[in-house]
Amino acid sequence: MLKRLISNDLPRSRVLAVLLVALLVALAFAPFIFPGVKALNVAAKVLIFLVLVASFDLLLGYTGIVSFAHTMFFGIGAYGVAIASNHLGPTWGALAVGVLGALGLTLALSLAVGLFSLRVRAIFFAMITLAVASAFQTLASQLSEVTGGEDGLSFKLPPVLSPSFELFENPVLGVMVDGKLISYYLLFAVALCLLLALLRIVNSPFGRVLQAIRENEFRAEAIGYRVVVYRTLSSVMSALFACLAGAMLAVWLRYNGPDTSLSFEIMMDVLLIVVMGGMGTVYGAAIGSALFLVAQSYLQDLLRLASEATAAVPTLSALLSPDRWLLWLGVLFVLSVYYFPTGIVGRLRVAAALRKR
Amino acid sequence: MSLRDIDLKPLLLVPALALAVLPFMGSPSTWLTLTVAGLAMGMIIFIIASGLTLVFGLMDVLNFGHGVFIALGAFVATSVLGSMGDWTGSDELWRNLVAVLPAMLVAMAVAGAVGLAFERFIVRPVYGQHLKQILITMGGMIIGEELIKVIWGPQQIALPLPEALRGGIYLGDAAVEKYRLLAVVVGALVFAVQVWVLSRTKIGLLIRAGVQDREMVESLGYRIRRVFVGVFVVGSALAGLGGVMWGLYQQNVVPQMGAQVNVLIFIVIIIGGLGSTGGALIGALLVGLMANYTGFLAPKVALFSNIALMVAILLWRPQGVYPVANR
Amino acid sequence: MSHYHSKTGLFAPPPAPAQVASVKPARAPLPDADALLRLEGVHTHIGAYHILHGVDLVVPRGQLTMLLGRNGAGKTTTLRTIMGLWQASQGKVVFDGQDITRLHTPHIAHLNIAYVPENMGIFADLTVKENMLLAARHAKRASQMDEARLQWIFKLFPAVEKFWNHPAGKLSGGQKQMLAVSRAIVEPRDLLIIDEPSKGLAPVMINNMIDAFQQLKASGVTILLVEQNIHFAKRLGDQVAVMDNGQVVHAGSMQALADDEALQQSLLGLAL
Repeated sequence: MLKRLISNDLPRSRVLAVLLVALLVALAFAPFIFPGVKALNVAAKVLIFLVLVASFDLLLGYTGIVSFAHTMFFGIGAYGVAIASNHLGPTWGALAVGVLGALGLTLALSLAVGLFSLRVRAIFFAMITLAVASAFQTLASQLSEVTGGEDGLSFKLPPVLSPSFELFENPVLGVMVDGKLISYYLLFAVALCLLLALLRIVNSPFGRVLQAIRENEFRAEAIGYRVVVYRTLSSVMSALFACLAGAMLAVWLRYNGPDTSLSFEIMMDVLLIVVMGGMGTVYGAAIGSALFLVAQSYLQDLLRLASEATAAVPTLSALLSPDRWLLWLGVLFVLSVYYFPTGIVGRLRVAAALRKR
Repeated sequence: MSLRDIDLKPLLLVPALALAVLPFMGSPSTWLTLTVAGLAMGMIIFIIASGLTLVFGLMDVLNFGHGVFIALGAFVATSVLGSMGDWTGSDELWRNLVAVLPAMLVAMAVAGAVGLAFERFIVRPVYGQHLKQILITMGGMIIGEELIKVIWGPQQIALPLPEALRGGIYLGDAAVEKYRLLAVVVGALVFAVQVWVLSRTKIGLLIRAGVQDREMVESLGYRIRRVFVGVFVVGSALAGLGGVMWGLYQQNVVPQMGAQVNVLIFIVIIIGGLGSTGGALIGALLVGLMANYTGFLAPKVALFSNIALMVAILLWRPQGVYPVANR
Repeated sequence: MSHYHSKTGLFAPPPAPAQVASVKPARAPLPDADALLRLEGVHTHIGAYHILHGVDLVVPRGQLTMLLGRNGAGKTTTLRTIMGLWQASQGKVVFDGQDITRLHTPHIAHLNIAYVPENMGIFADLTVKENMLLAARHAKRASQMDEARLQWIFKLFPAVEKFWNHPAGKLSGGQKQMLAVSRAIVEPRDLLIIDEPSKGLAPVMINNMIDAFQQLKASGVTILLVEQNIHFAKRLGDQVAVMDNGQVVHAGSMQALADDEALQQSLLGLAL
């Protein structure tokens, strides 16, 4: 039954299976295992990025389409919730309106983008999506009346999800069961469902056709699969999942701004995770997101220590400054593309297969 | 090649755009000021884009990190000009030029040198793999941007124009900035040199042929790889020059300027057609004009207007205005 | 530089070709010094596809060798392997005593080997003059090209002179073919490797082409020619090699093949 739940997409590597189970447990019981606000924040971000990266991998790893417009849909989801809650008040109805509105806009836009991608060469398409994402970010920061401009929008959520709400008066297992905790488990449930849905999609006949198209588009068309339809569907689905991830982000932060969800940094983070985790594997998104976000949060502390330790050598100290986190991210990124082309998951699976022989 | 062999239709796009907005301008002098500004910006963008389009066209290499050379050139210029305060502060034009010229040359040299390293260590290992090229060159740009922050600091630095280059002259009613005229002249010069090299020298011939059919050029006995490295370095140096001019145009530089200008560059070479110098010029002029016209008429849609322009042109010619044969 | 990534995935490569029937390769014995180009057991893979299954070929110096065979026999692949455009996965290619199997294409071209591909490789946006100038490695400017040689080429192929300053893309198919061959001979070369030069040519132009090759042969150039046009082959060829399924199944003199109708039938399905 477990196999059917994960759509027969087995880890195929003992190490990977252990990591995944560990991740699942860690995320499921995060508030209890890792006390503190920061840890919970990291865990929530892992959940959000998991969905976002997996959706991007559907597009890149499974269908072979390079698009930098992904953060645009992430932002639409986040802004949908933000704008609705801001203007309609902190109710479940507002949330629903926000999410559905965002999904609708995402559907329309991703359809347009997806169909356009078929008219131009892949190189052009990649560059155009870069331009569009950039423009969208500028637009968001300029439509101040709607989006709150550069400052973004802060808003309240339904009472059950507010931090001040307390389900029980006394702490359970050492942790207060407040709105934040409930929000976390809401995110957890949503992320788990979306991940299982993605697993189902990529392991279905539809998913296999996508991979066939990625390998040899001409051949796929010759066999009789309407490539146009499959690619468009893939673009749309990937965008919808990204939109939902954005909604999750907004619910967690109770705030959204152009930099929170539309920045190029997020796109780079997603790219790095996809490459490091392993393209064309949903589990890669999971492991990659976890590793990356944990590193990002705690590495900056490490860098700070290193920077202070090397204060005597100013250039070295400047290089190791926690503000220069992105520099090391870039180096890591380049190295991953060279030496980990199949990502962590790919490496683990190959190692496992070799050991079997 | 006789004149009737040149496809004239795309050339008409530039004056067409300029004339189309004339009725909305209010006064001819405003139009003139904006048009010169647009042409100047377009020329600077052309300087940057011309190298990139040849790199794309010649070796099918997708360099998403071209912006790093722009930023590098600009920042190097701040250091050079900053140390020549007495020359830039002077009222005399020749003194100012003596300061600006070395700044440009040093910026080009540094950008070219970094370009050499970039090609060797970042681009070369991933020949033929488009996806990896996109990823790696983006990574390279991020690394470059951060290193700039390490060397020059993360905040923006002012890059004031030397004294004699400030201000404007009056053409009738219209105020035209001196620096913008200089930019147009420099840009035209770069274009002229490129066209001369491409059409009158053997190496230019090699490049033009290589853009069309790389294999055949190798079969004729030429090591096209070396040509490519040269084109990459020259392209990087030109981006550095463009960076200096862009910085002077904006009168300040920020580490993110590479990524910002990158988007415009991509739009330009898509409009122009990968591998076409003439196309890059037309694309750049159109983008420059569009940015300035919409900046005046409807500032909020400035970037979108350029994207709309690109989409419109792609619907007319999906490969750009001057598609290069055989690809 | 071509990059062919092995495409695994849902589509398995086509089944291995059936073994060639009965015909025994009859090779005329040649002393080594007379073989300008020699292929020994050359295998070529393109991705997952095994195209050449051990090609043995001898191209004697100063003679014109025809490479005949059905479509898909591997003739073009053989030429490309010789030129280094595709790497042989096994076997040796020896030119004038030198092993050129692992050399890069520009290096091979520098050994004075000229290649005219099936698609002619004309640079459409360049003028005829520029196409020729590119092929003339020793000339930095058009004025430095050998005038006498150019005049000889103009006599052979008048179209090249007529369209000298026009974009090569404006030429007709046949004229492009002539330009492609002209490019190969604008400077003296030791070996010409040509893929279907008579394709799409009108009969009168074919005569010009034959004339040109005969003049080249007279001047001592070695030629390896892939052809489908049997009459063309018969008039020009000194030696002939027939390919099928990635192997050379017959090699010998053209005269011997022309005289043996039964052999022609079994190899090519028709009489010369």
